[in-house]
Amino acid sequence: MKNKNTIIKSSVFGLLLCGLLMYFFISNKSANYSDITILNSNCPPGFMLNENNECVSKNFYQQYDSPNNKGVGGLQTGLPKVRDGFTPQEIDLGRYLFFDPVLSGDGTMSCATCHVPDKGFSDGLATSIGKNNKKLDRGAPTLWNVGYLNRLFWDGRATSLEEQLEGPLFSEVEMANTPENLLSTLNNIDNYRQLFAEAYPERGKKEAIKLNEVFTALAAFQSSLVSLNSRYDRYAHGFHEALNSKEIEGMNVFRSFVARCAECHTPPLFTNQQLAVIGTPEPDGLPLDPGAEIPFNDKTLRGAFKVPSLRNIEKTAPYMHSGKFATLREAVQFYTDGRGHAVPDNENLIIHWHIWEPQLSDYEMDRLVDFLKTLTDESFTPKIPEKLPSGLKVSI
Amino acid sequence: MKSALLKIIGGILLLAIGVYLGKTFLSSSTSETVPIPSTLKYRNVGLSSDTTQVAQKEGFTGNIIEVKKGGSIQEAVKAANPGDLIRVFPGTYSENVYIDKDNISLQGVVVKGEWPTLDGKKEINDAFLYSGNGILIENFKIINYKGNGVMGQAGNNFIIRNNWIIDTGVYGIFPQYGKNGLIEHNVLSKIADAAIYVGMCDNVDVLHNEVFDNVAGIEIENSRHCLVENNYAHNNTGGLLAFVTPGLPIKTTFDVIFRNNFVVNNNHENFGAPGSTVAGIPPGTGILIMAADDVIIENNIITGNDNTGITIVDLATGAPKANDPNSEGNPDRVVILDNIMFDNGNNPTGEIKAIMLTQMDTKGPDIFAYGGGTGSTIRDKNKYRTFGLGDYGVAQITDTKNITTFMLDAPVPPRSVSEHELGELTYYGVCAGCHAFGTRLIGVDTKIIKAIYHNNPQGIVDYITNPLNLREDYPEMPPQDYLSEEAKMAVAQYILKMTN
Repeated sequence: MKNKNTIIKSSVFGLLLCGLLMYFFISNKSANYSDITILNSNCPPGFMLNENNECVSKNFYQQYDSPNNKGVGGLQTGLPKVRDGFTPQEIDLGRYLFFDPVLSGDGTMSCATCHVPDKGFSDGLATSIGKNNKKLDRGAPTLWNVGYLNRLFWDGRATSLEEQLEGPLFSEVEMANTPENLLSTLNNIDNYRQLFAEAYPERGKKEAIKLNEVFTALAAFQSSLVSLNSRYDRYAHGFHEALNSKEIEGMNVFRSFVARCAECHTPPLFTNQQLAVIGTPEPDGLPLDPGAEIPFNDKTLRGAFKVPSLRNIEKTAPYMHSGKFATLREAVQFYTDGRGHAVPDNENLIIHWHIWEPQLSDYEMDRLVDFLKTLTDESFTPKIPEKLPSGLKVSI
Repeated sequence: MKSALLKIIGGILLLAIGVYLGKTFLSSSTSETVPIPSTLKYRNVGLSSDTTQVAQKEGFTGNIIEVKKGGSIQEAVKAANPGDLIRVFPGTYSENVYIDKDNISLQGVVVKGEWPTLDGKKEINDAFLYSGNGILIENFKIINYKGNGVMGQAGNNFIIRNNWIIDTGVYGIFPQYGKNGLIEHNVLSKIADAAIYVGMCDNVDVLHNEVFDNVAGIEIENSRHCLVENNYAHNNTGGLLAFVTPGLPIKTTFDVIFRNNFVVNNNHENFGAPGSTVAGIPPGTGILIMAADDVIIENNIITGNDNTGITIVDLATGAPKANDPNSEGNPDRVVILDNIMFDNGNNPTGEIKAIMLTQMDTKGPDIFAYGGGTGSTIRDKNKYRTFGLGDYGVAQITDTKNITTFMLDAPVPPRSVSEHELGELTYYGVCAGCHAFGTRLIGVDTKIIKAIYHNNPQGIVDYITNPLNLREDYPEMPPQDYLSEEAKMAVAQYILKMTN
C-alpha cells in the first residue's frame, strides 16, 4: 500500500517535474527562437525588381549624364555608379543582421547601435561608444547613400562595403567579434540558417552559413539606404518653388566660389569623394587625428579625411570626424574663420587650397544653414524589425 | 537794331528747328535698330580659309524678354523658358544672377558705348552662376564681385563672349564640369587668380580674348581637348597655363593646344590668395605647363617675360600638394612647335636665377623644363635659349593645321529618357516609398489604383497633384505637385501597365 502510494506519488511528482522541465525548456526555446516570417520578396523603395530577381536602382538622376562619368557636377548631373543588383531576400536578410546584436562578440551591440535610423544612421555622439562603454576616436558616419561611395571610413581606408564592415565587426574596441565566433553563433541559430538558405537558394539548404554571405547581405542592406528626394532635389529637377528665397540664397552661397562648399561637397551626392586636409580642431584633450596619413602611409595626407556627403546632414550632429562642432552653424563658421586657424602650432599640415578667407557674413552663414537643411529626406527609411532571428532585442 | 536782333533770334530758331528735325528724322534711333544677333549661332573660326561657315547651335525658338535700367535680370531669368532671349539694356545691375534652366540666352545691349553693367560692389559673390545647358552670356560689363564674373557648375554647350570683366574676385570666367563650350572676345583684368579658368571641362575653345593685369591669364585645369588660340595675354603674373591639380574628381589634362597667342610682358607681381595654386607662380612666366600631358605650343609670340618664356614642370616642383594616389603629376609628351621667342628671362626669380647661374648664365631661358615627364619633343631646339630639354626629341608633327576647333559638330544632346523610363524612374524613385504592387505599404496597393483608374491616366495625374483622402484607414497622401507634368503622366501610364 505504502509502496504503491509512494510509486504513484513519486511518478506524479516525476511527471510534473518532467512536464515543468519540458514546459520551461520549450518556452525557453520559443523565447529564443520565435519563428520569423520569410524574407521580403519586394525590393526596397528606390529599386525595381528585374527578371533575375535583382533590385536595380531607380531615381530621377538617371535622367542626366555626368561629366566623365564621375557623378559630380551641377543640379542636373547623374550620380556615381551605385552598388545594386542584390536580391530582395539578401537585402532583407541584411536588415535583420544589421539590427541584431548577436553579431557582436558579447551580444550587446548591433550595427544599428551606432547607426540609428532616426539619427541619420549615425548616433548623435561626438565620437561613438564601443565595447565596455569605451569612448572611441571618431564619430559614426551616416550610412545614407553609402552604396554610392568608393571610399569608406573617415580616413578612406576601405574601398568596398564588405571591406568596411569587417572593421567594426572584428575591431577589439567596437563589436569585438571574430570571424570564427560570428559563424558559429549564426550557424547555431536555426532561424538564421533558414533565412540564409532562403537568401542563397543556389546552395544546399543544409549548408552552413559562410562569412561572405553575411558580408554580402549586410552590404546589400546598406546599399539600399537611399536618400534622393529632399526638397533640394525637387528644385534640382526643375520645381523651383521647392525652396524659399532664403534657401535659394543659401544654395547660391554654397556653390559660389567665395564659400566654395560645392567644390568638395559637389552635387548630386554632395561629396566629390576625395580626401582633403581642412584642419578642423579636435575636441578638448584629444590629440590631432592624423587621418588618412596612417592607412596611406603618406605624410602629405596628415589630417586628411574623406569629404563626407551632406545629405541628411541636419540629422547627424555633432559635426566633423571627432564631433567638434555641435551645430551646423558652428561647422559653417569654421570655414570662414580663416585658413589653418585651428591647426596646432607644432603641426605643419598641407591645407587644401579651397580653404581660404571667404569672409562670409553672419547673414550668409545663416542662409547656408537654411540650405543645408533642404538636403533632408528620410522617406525611404527602412523598418526596424519587430523580432530578430536571434531572439535578442533590437539594440539602438 | 531790332530787325538784326530778330534776324539773329530767327536764325537761332531756324537752327534749333533744323537740329530738332535732323535729330528726329535723320539720326539713328538707338534701341530699335540694334540688330538681334542670331545669338544661338557661332562662327567656327578657321573652319576653312575662304568661308565663314556657321555652326548652328539651336534654332532660336523663344520669346525676347527685355530688362531696362532699374529692372532685375534675375526676375527675367525667373520668367524665362528654355529658348528665350533676355536682352539687358544699359544700367547698373547689382545682382547675383543664377540660371538653373536650359537654353537661356543673356545678351547685353550696348548703346552708344554705354554697357549694361553688373556691379558686385565687392559684396556680392558671383555675377552670373549657371547650371543649365545651352547658356549664352554676351555683351556685359562685370565689375567688383567677390567670387567670379561668370561661373558654370556643369552645363554643356555654353557660349561666353564679348564681355568686359574687371576685378571680379577669384576668377573672371569659370566654366566647371562642362562639355562643348566657347569663350571668345572677352577682355578681362585685375583678377586675383585666373581671368579665364577652364576647370574639369572637355571640348572648349578659348579664342580672341585679351587678359591682362591678372595673376593668371588663361588656365586650363583638369580639362581635355581645349584650343587656346589668338589670345593676347600681357602683364599677368603668368600668361597661359595648363595644369593638373590633384585631389579633384576628374584627374587629367591632355590634348591642349596653345596656338597663335601673344604672350607678352607677363611680369605682374603675384597677388594671388595665400594657399592658392597660382600663388606660387613666379612673376615673369609666359606659359606654364604643370603636370599636363599632350600640350602643343605653336606659333605663339612669346616675348618680354622676365622669368621664362615657357616653363614645364612636374607637380612636385611646381605646386606641392597633398598626394593623390590617382593623379599623375608629370608633364608627358609636350610638343613645342615653332614659336617666336625673344627678350625673355631678363630678370629671373631667385630659383631660376640660381639654377641658371650653374649654367654660367644670369638670364632666364626661353624654355625651362624641370622635374619628371617623358616623351616630350621640340621642332627646333636650336632657335631658343633652353634649360632642361636634354631628353626632348624632335617633334613628329610640324603644325596642327588640321585641328580647327575642339568644339563638337553638334551640341551635346541631353540624355533623353522615354516616357516609359520616366514613368519607371518616377514610380520606383518616388512612389515606391509608400506604394507597392500587390501589397499594402503606407499607401494603397498599386494594383488597386490600377483597377480604379483603368483607362484613366488623367485621373491619376489629378489625384497626384491634389490628393483627396478617400479612405479612412489610410494616411493622407501629400501632394506630389512638384513632379513635372511629363513625369506625372508618365507614371500614371506606367502604373496602368504594371503587372507585378
